[in-house]
Amino acid sequence: MPETDQTRGFPGAKAPDRTGSIDSSGLRLALNEWGDPDAPVIAMVHGGFDFSRTFDVFAPMIADAGWRVVAWDARGHGDSDHAHLYGWAADVRDHLAAIQSISSEPIVLLGHSKGGGQLLDLLDGRPSLARAFVNLDGLPSQFSSPDVNDRERRRMRRADLASGLDRRRRRAELTRRPDTIEGLAERRQPMNPRLSREWLEYLVTVGARHDDEGWRWKIDPVLHLGGFGPWRPGWSLDHLAALEMPFLGVLSGVQDDPMGWKSRRGDIEPFLPPGGQLEFYDDIGHFLHIEQTRFIADLVLKFLEPLR
Amino acid sequence: MTRRTEFLLNGSLRLALHTLAEGEGRPLLLLHGLGEQSPQTRPAWTNSWNGPVLALDFTGHGESEVPVSGGYTPEGLMSDVDAVLANRGPVTIVGRGFGAWVGLLVAGARTSLVHGVVLFDGSGIVGGGPQPPTPYVNVLPASGSVTPDPYALLELSRDPRPPDYALDYVRFVLEDSDIEHPIVVSARIRPDWLAAVAADIGVIELPLEQAIESFA
Repeated sequence: MPETDQTRGFPGAKAPDRTGSIDSSGLRLALNEWGDPDAPVIAMVHGGFDFSRTFDVFAPMIADAGWRVVAWDARGHGDSDHAHLYGWAADVRDHLAAIQSISSEPIVLLGHSKGGGQLLDLLDGRPSLARAFVNLDGLPSQFSSPDVNDRERRRMRRADLASGLDRRRRRAELTRRPDTIEGLAERRQPMNPRLSREWLEYLVTVGARHDDEGWRWKIDPVLHLGGFGPWRPGWSLDHLAALEMPFLGVLSGVQDDPMGWKSRRGDIEPFLPPGGQLEFYDDIGHFLHIEQTRFIADLVLKFLEPLR
Repeated sequence: MTRRTEFLLNGSLRLALHTLAEGEGRPLLLLHGLGEQSPQTRPAWTNSWNGPVLALDFTGHGESEVPVSGGYTPEGLMSDVDAVLANRGPVTIVGRGFGAWVGLLVAGARTSLVHGVVLFDGSGIVGGGPQPPTPYVNVLPASGSVTPDPYALLELSRDPRPPDYALDYVRFVLEDSDIEHPIVVSARIRPDWLAAVAADIGVIELPLEQAIESFA
C-alpha cells in the first residue's frame, strides 16, 4: 500500500538537531540530540516499545531552556541495531555505554517508564554517573497489579513463555505488518489511548519505515511486552532507596491506562531517597511528558534550576 | 564414537548440537554448565541410556555462535533448547549447573516435548541468588567469536532465581506430565531455588545414574 504522503507534523515537534550513534560492545545504538552542544547535559531514556523520537516535543522544550538533551534508541528499538539477545541487564549496560560516550562527568538523567526503572538499577551500581535523576512513571512497586492472584499470575507467565518461545522459533520469518500511516496509528492507539491520533500519526513517520508495502514499525518483531523473567517490581524500590542525589519522581495515577506500573504515592514515598521529591497526578496518564508536555517540562525545569 | 556435530539455527545464530552416541528412540539431551561446553565423548553416567545421547552448546559457548553485545538470560537461552526440540522432538534432559536451571525452565515451558529432567551439579548452579545482587554494570570490549563469551559468564552468573519462580516451573511440569516423577534432583549442591524444587512433593531425589535410568 504505497502512499505519496509520507510526512506528518505535530505542534511543537522538532527533529533532533544532531544525530549519531554509540557503540555498545559492537551493537550500534542510534543517538539524537537537541539544543546547544555546550550546554549542560540531560540524557533521556525512553520506555519499552517507545524510541527516542517520542521526545520530539518534550526534548526541545528542555533544550530551549538551556540544556543539551541527548537520547538514544534501546537495542531493537527505533533506529538502533536489532540484537540477537535482549534483556533488562543488557539494556542497563547499553545505557551505561551511551552515558559514558556522552560525558565523563556526572550528568542529569531522566527516564520514562521502563527506562526509568532501568536507570534505577544503573544508578544503584554506578551512582557517580548522575548528578540528578528524574523518573517519569518508572517506579515499579511491590504493590503493582494487586488484583492478580498467584494462579492467574502463573497462567499469565505460562502463556507468555509459550508465546515467547513460539515467536523465537519463527524469528527468521517475523516481520512487522505493513500498513498506512493511519492504520499503524490506529493499531498503536490501544497502548496510548490518551494520546491524540495526530500525535500517533506523527510517531509513525519517525518510528516506522516506509517500503513498497507500506509503513512498518522499526522495532524488532521478536520483541513483545512482558517477558521480564523472575523480575519483581518491588526490587526497584531497593534501588530507589539507595540513591543519594537530587531526585524527582512523577507518578501517573490513572489506573485504567494500559501501560505503566500503577504505583501509588504511598507505595513509593517510604523508599524515597533523602530530600527526594515525588509528584502524583491522578489526571495524567502514563505518558505524562507527551500528554501534558508543557506542564511536565516546567516541573522538570523547576527541579533542575539549581543545577544549571 | 567420535562425536558428530550439526548446527541448528536459533534466529540467525548457529547452535552446535553434538551426537555423542547413536541409538533408537527418545534422545537424552545433555545441557552443560556455565562457561563449559559439551563433552567430547559420552559420559559414563549415560551408559544405561539406549537411545541417542545429544549435547548442546549454549549460545556463546563451545562451538555455538557468539551474539553481539550479550543480552544473555536463562529465559532467552530456553530458546536454544527449544531449537533442539523443534528439530528432534521429545527428549529427556540432564542439566549440569546452569544447564539444570535452563533444563527446569524449558521443561516447564515445553511440557509435551520434555519427557523428564534431571538436575545435577555443575558450574552456574547458584546464579545470582534468590534476589538480585548489587548491580554490577560494566561494558566489555566486543569479544568476537571467542567462547565462552565473557558476557555469558557475567550475565548468567548474576541472574536472580527466586524459589517461588522455580516452583512455578515445577507446577507447569507436574500439571502436564504423564510421568509419575518427571523432575529428579541429583545435585548435591542446593542453592535456594534447588532446595525448594527438591522439597516439592512431586519431585524426587536420586543419584545421577539412577535418575537417568528412571527415564530410560
